[in-house]
Amino acid sequence: MCPRRIAVRQHFFSHYGRQLGTLAGLMAMVIVLWALTPHFLTISNLLNIAEQATIIAIVAVGMTFVIITGGIDLSVGSVLAFSGVVMASVLQQRIPLPVALLVGLGVGFSCGLINGLLITVGRLPPFIATLGMMSVARGAALMFTEGRPISGFSESFRSLATGEVLGIPTPVFIMITVYAVAHFVLRRTKLGRYTYAIGGNEEAALLSGINVRLYKTIVYGLAGMLAGLAAILLTARLNSAQPIAGMSYELDAIAATVIGGTSLLGGEGTVVGTLIGALIMAVLRNGLNLLGVSSFIQQVVIGSVIILAVLIDMALKRRGK
Amino acid sequence: MSDGPVLQMRQIRKTFPGVVALDKVDFELRRGEVHILLGENGAGKSTLMKILSGAYQKTEGQIVLDGAEVEIKNPKHAQTLGISTVYQEFNLIPHLSIGENIFLGREPVRFAGLIDQRAILQEAKSALSGLGLTLNPRKSVKELRVAEQQMVEVAKALSLDARILIMDEPTAALTEHEITELFATIRRLKDKGVSIVYISHRMEELFEIGDRVTVLRDGRTVGTYDINVGASLRGRPESRSKEGAHGGTPLQSERQISKTELIRLMVNRELTELFPKEHATKGAEVLRVETLCTKNGLKDISFSLHRGEVLGVAGLLGAGRTELARAIFGLDEISSGSIYVNGVVQKMSSPRSAIKSGIGFLTEDRKSQGLVLPLSVERNLCLSSVDKFSRWGIMHTSEERQAATRYVEELRIKTPSLDQKVVFLSGGNQQKVVLSKWLCSQAEVFIFDEPTRGVDVGAKAEIYQLMNRLTASGVAIMMISSELLEVLGMSDRVMVMRGGRIAGEFSAGECTQERILQCALGE
Repeated sequence: MCPRRIAVRQHFFSHYGRQLGTLAGLMAMVIVLWALTPHFLTISNLLNIAEQATIIAIVAVGMTFVIITGGIDLSVGSVLAFSGVVMASVLQQRIPLPVALLVGLGVGFSCGLINGLLITVGRLPPFIATLGMMSVARGAALMFTEGRPISGFSESFRSLATGEVLGIPTPVFIMITVYAVAHFVLRRTKLGRYTYAIGGNEEAALLSGINVRLYKTIVYGLAGMLAGLAAILLTARLNSAQPIAGMSYELDAIAATVIGGTSLLGGEGTVVGTLIGALIMAVLRNGLNLLGVSSFIQQVVIGSVIILAVLIDMALKRRGK
Repeated sequence: MSDGPVLQMRQIRKTFPGVVALDKVDFELRRGEVHILLGENGAGKSTLMKILSGAYQKTEGQIVLDGAEVEIKNPKHAQTLGISTVYQEFNLIPHLSIGENIFLGREPVRFAGLIDQRAILQEAKSALSGLGLTLNPRKSVKELRVAEQQMVEVAKALSLDARILIMDEPTAALTEHEITELFATIRRLKDKGVSIVYISHRMEELFEIGDRVTVLRDGRTVGTYDINVGASLRGRPESRSKEGAHGGTPLQSERQISKTELIRLMVNRELTELFPKEHATKGAEVLRVETLCTKNGLKDISFSLHRGEVLGVAGLLGAGRTELARAIFGLDEISSGSIYVNGVVQKMSSPRSAIKSGIGFLTEDRKSQGLVLPLSVERNLCLSSVDKFSRWGIMHTSEERQAATRYVEELRIKTPSLDQKVVFLSGGNQQKVVLSKWLCSQAEVFIFDEPTRGVDVGAKAEIYQLMNRLTASGVAIMMISSELLEVLGMSDRVMVMRGGRIAGEFSAGECTQERILQCALGE
């Protein structure tokens, strides 16, 4: 009836076209800032930007998974604070460092699991479940510390923020590792396949034999655990765990994810895009600081960039139809 | 009243990235005629009508309305030009009343911006009575039957002074009686001079209600033909010579036409018989259901299914047919009774366990239940076999690709690539992707729930052929269908359900439409 030719090779552009667009945006921004302030494009400043991006970028990986399943996680900022203070108190008990780090990750993971169970077993909308957790975890962090920061840690712990691996600052190295693993998980594992399928059509996923509850719960657990990892790096950098840390990080993470082309409707998105999104936000903040733009105007600019990025994305998608 | 063309669409071309959806399509609509638009899924009917209703923009071509060329910018603009559409899925708001729905977005207001409820009621009443309806405009839409909701849509269109009404498969969800009502309404509209574009797959309807028919195939016009003797005697419209001048040929071939000719034109191949049933050799028992009861109304269901067999399941809506499929597939809780697959009792606690024991379920609504629309052909095809293609949670992507390539070729799924999102495929091809998904997960029992609903003649025949191939390969099929002819044509055995019970069972030989209906109705 018609000539049968099936394209077997995956086309690079069809998969990464969207990311190339965002990347072009990032590059344009870099060039403009370079022209305006010569100091911008120095190795030390670029590393500075990467370090500033790490915390949000790591939180945004979990957010990307959650958003691809069609959900949202508003609690990651508070979970970050709670995991941070619990870990900090353990660190000060002269308990071996690896155990303390596992406690930090574990607290985050547990909070995420509770989110996941509320959503899958309790059938709460993700917005409500994680809005509740946002308040609960923040309150728990404040109760746990009586509102005071926990400060002063061993040199070995702080080296997580100050050290270097292969000439790259440790936090940046950790971030790159997290992204590499997350990219692999989304593209090449069962969990990744199911994450997209659940977000694309939950009922069809269920009818195809996917244990939707289990995998959704895992994804929220993962988002919590990554908030725990971000807490470790933030605490090490500040040499202090604060119960009010991570305020509005969930919104920055959502912004990075969305700028990176992940649809809030679920079923599509990539972590590569999210990384570029997080870098765009960091470059913008850094550049505006170097230019001496007031922090009030910065907020206006950043908000506008988020809106613009999504507008362009939607226009491109419409044209693609 | 002249019957010259109200609307001419000339040499319409529409391209989407990588696809030519319409190529030099001509379409003409006369005043007060019912013009059927016929074609297989993917032939371009919907695209053409979306251009007319302003939802899409044409790439090339001309639209002439009342002799003047127009550019239809958007759906709102189409409405002001007098073009309205009644979609398959209604755009009514369930919690509002009939009157409020009819005037949604253009409510008459009194002083201070208050809505003039009295005016709404009066005008809605007159709009409804114009259609011969006696519905109370205060009634909220959610209380209406499907057919009544459709009438409200029509009333809404007419209250916008529509001169051209596009109806996309208006009878898909209606009963025989409701269809008669709808046709009466359509005839009344014709008398008022409203022109109707009518999209349908049902051949019988077309001869009952249509004046002319235009056949589309693969995005091109095959031709326009008269259906009614009466209509053709009124003489040829003056614009005919102009039509021929710019290169379009379709209208020249205008003439009387038969059903078989139409089918041939649509698919461009002779369908020797509609139901190409081949009887496979009956093998061992693969599924046995014993005294199954569920909380949602199935009572004491027992039957068995053998390899190579098609078991037709007939019954009226609400007889429990889909519920039976859901129970076997682990979606509804079983309160008592047991299910055996290949002689082993299986606890169907979830679709996952049903799939593992070798059952595949092709749901009635493939878009909301069968497919993950934003994902690719390959991802959908491999979705229920992810375990098979992975070790320790890591996918073997080359195996996935091989399997996907194989099924796309075997089932002749029309797609530009394996990475194409299934949302862009036509209905028949989407159905094939779902079927491949279950082939890929090595199902031995296929449950088809209304396998050919909303699928055109050509794709239907192809689905029947696939069923033959499935049974020949030793698979067992349970086919739930509301189309009696399909049940009779394709089944080896027919089971009739009524009120959650099995009301009767017939072998292919002793089965007639009358016997099935009597059994289903309980007479």
